[in-house]
Amino acid sequence: MSDPSRLERRSHAARDPGPMAAVFVVLTVGFMAVALILPLLAVFVEALSKGVGLYLNAISESDALSAVRLTLLVVVIAVPLNTVFGLTAAWAVTKFEFSGKQLLLTLIDLPLSISPVISGLMFVLLYGAHGWFGPELRAMGIQIIFDVSGIVIATTLVTLPFVARELIPLMQAQGKDEEYAAATLGASTWRTFWQVTLPNIRWALLYGVLLCTARAMGEFGAVSVVSARVRGETATMPLEVEILYNEYNATGAFAIASLLALFALVALIAKTVLENQFAGDLAAQRRH
Amino acid sequence: MIQSRRAVLGLSLGALAAACGQASQGKGAAPALELLNVSYDPTRELYRDINAAFTPQWTSSHAGEHLTVSMSHGGSGRQARAVIDGLAADVVTLALQYDIDQIASQGLIAPNWRARLPNNSTPFTSTIVFLVRTGNPKHIRDWSDLVRPGIQIITPNPKTSGGARWNYLAAWAYALRQPGGNAQSAQAFVQQIYANVPVLDTGARGSTTTFAQRGIGDVLLAWESEAHLAMDELGAGQVEIVTPSVSMLAEPPVAVVDRVVDHKRTRAAAEAYLQFLYTAPAQAIAARHYYRPFDTATLATNAPRFPNILLVTIDDVFGGWATAQRTHFADGGIFDQLNTRTRE
Repeated sequence: MSDPSRLERRSHAARDPGPMAAVFVVLTVGFMAVALILPLLAVFVEALSKGVGLYLNAISESDALSAVRLTLLVVVIAVPLNTVFGLTAAWAVTKFEFSGKQLLLTLIDLPLSISPVISGLMFVLLYGAHGWFGPELRAMGIQIIFDVSGIVIATTLVTLPFVARELIPLMQAQGKDEEYAAATLGASTWRTFWQVTLPNIRWALLYGVLLCTARAMGEFGAVSVVSARVRGETATMPLEVEILYNEYNATGAFAIASLLALFALVALIAKTVLENQFAGDLAAQRRH
Repeated sequence: MIQSRRAVLGLSLGALAAACGQASQGKGAAPALELLNVSYDPTRELYRDINAAFTPQWTSSHAGEHLTVSMSHGGSGRQARAVIDGLAADVVTLALQYDIDQIASQGLIAPNWRARLPNNSTPFTSTIVFLVRTGNPKHIRDWSDLVRPGIQIITPNPKTSGGARWNYLAAWAYALRQPGGNAQSAQAFVQQIYANVPVLDTGARGSTTTFAQRGIGDVLLAWESEAHLAMDELGAGQVEIVTPSVSMLAEPPVAVVDRVVDHKRTRAAAEAYLQFLYTAPAQAIAARHYYRPFDTATLATNAPRFPNILLVTIDDVFGGWATAQRTHFADGGIFDQLNTRTRE
C-alpha cells in the first residue's frame, strides 16, 4: 500500500478522469450486478417466495438452529486459532531472518491452492478408522472424522492462510525500522509487538479476521468430506443448505443460505463502520 | 523461538482435537438412546416416515426410553466408504449388497449378515424405470430408444452411486436378451448409452435434481420410488414414467453394524429397528413411497402402484454382486473402459 510509484499512478488517474474511466466504472458495476448482486437477491427472493411465515419457520427449525450453532462454534474456534497463527507467522517472516523462510511462505499459501476436498481426504487418511492415527485414536475413544472435531480441524486448515496473507505484505512494506527504534529505546519484544507492530497492522488484521470468518462459515468441500452429514448434529450451515435442497425443500435451503449471506453482510458492515469510526487512524496508517 | 511458538501452536491444536473428542464422547453416554442409520440417497422420505413410526413404539415398549434415529444420506458407495473410515453407523440401509459386503470385509459386520433377516436382508425391493418429460416428446418407450442419437440421458456415476449400477446393469441385461445378444453386443449397447449422458452426478438424488429442477436431459434413469417422488415434487403435467420391457430386481439390503452396536451397546434397538421394517405398518409405508414390499399381502393391496415389468436378478444374469462388481465397476473394469473410449 505504501508503494510510492503505485500511489503516484493512482493520483495521476484521479486527476485525469477520461471517458475510459466511465467505461471501467460501468463495466465493474455491471459485472458486480450480474455476478454478485443478482444472485444474492435471488437467494433472498427464493427464500421468501413462499411467505415470511414459512421463512421464519425454516430458520427457527431445530435442525436449522443446530446448524447455525455448529457453524458459529467452528468459527469461534477456527478464527482465533488462525489469528494467532497469522500474527505469529507474519511476525516471524517479516521481522526475522531465518533459513527456509521462502518455504514457510509457500507452505502458508498451500491451503489456498489445494482443493478443499483433498484437505478433507487428508484428514480421513490421518484420523479415519484405517488412517495413520486411526487405531490409536479409537483405542482412546476419540472420534475425529465424522465428528464435530473433524469439522473444526478441517475448517481451521482451510482458513489457515487468510490472516497471515493479509498481514505479511503490509508488514513487509512497513519494514523493521520502528521495531528497531523500539528495541534501541529498550522495549521488550512483547512490548514492541503490542505498542508498535499491532497498532500498525490492526486494519489489515481486522480485514484478515473478517475474511477468515466468512470463509470458515462458508467452507463446504473439506467439511463435506469429514462430516457425517447428520442433520442436527454434524451439518454446518452450508451442508444443511445442500441437504435441504436435495430433499426438495428449496425454501428451507435458501432460507439457510440467506442467513449465511446475512452473516457475511453483517461482517462487512461491521468492517465499514469500524473503518469510518477510525478514519483518522486509518489515514495515518496509509501515510506509512 | 519461532520453533517453540510453532510447537506451542501444534500442541494446542492437538489439545483442541482431544477436547472435542472428549466432548463428543460425553454426548454418546447420555441416557437417551440414539441410532444412526446410514442410508443411500433416495430413502430420505421413506426413513423419515419409518423412524416416526418406530420410535414411539420403542419408547412405549421400553419403559419410556427415549429413542431418536438420526439419518445420513449419500451415494451408496460413498456411505459404505464413510462407515469403513469410521462413521459410527448402528445400521446401514444401502442400495447394494456389494456395499454392505465391503463393510463386512473390514470386519465391522458379521460375514453371514444376509442370512440374519428374511429375504436376504431385503425388506423391500425396487426397480429401475424411466422418467421423461410430459407427453414423451422423444418417444422413449424402451432401452433401445436410449441409444438413438440426440437423446440426453441423466444417470449418476456407477462408481459412487448404487442406483447408477442398477441402471447400468439393467441396460446390459436388456441388451443380452435381444436376438443374438452377447457380452460384446451388450458392451457396445451400454457404451452407446453412456455416450448420451451429459452429466454424471455422484448420487441418485443429484441426478433427479439435475433432471427435474435444472431441466437437463430427455430421460432420467431412476429408482421407481425416486421417479414417483420427482413426479410428486414437480407437480402434475411436468414429467411422466415410462416402464421399460425389462428391468432389474433391485434388492437394497439392510444390516446391523456389529462392531458399532457392540461398542455403543445399542444392539437391541438396532435389531428391533431392522425387524420393524418387515412388519405390516413399515411395509405399508414402503409401498406408499413406491418401494415394492416384501410382504405379499401388502404388495397385493398396493398392486396398482407397481406395474408388471419383467424383472431379472443380479444372481441370474450377472452371477451375483461380487462378480458383477469385479467385471463391470472395479478399477479398469468394463465401465472404466467405456468411459475412456467415450472420452476419446
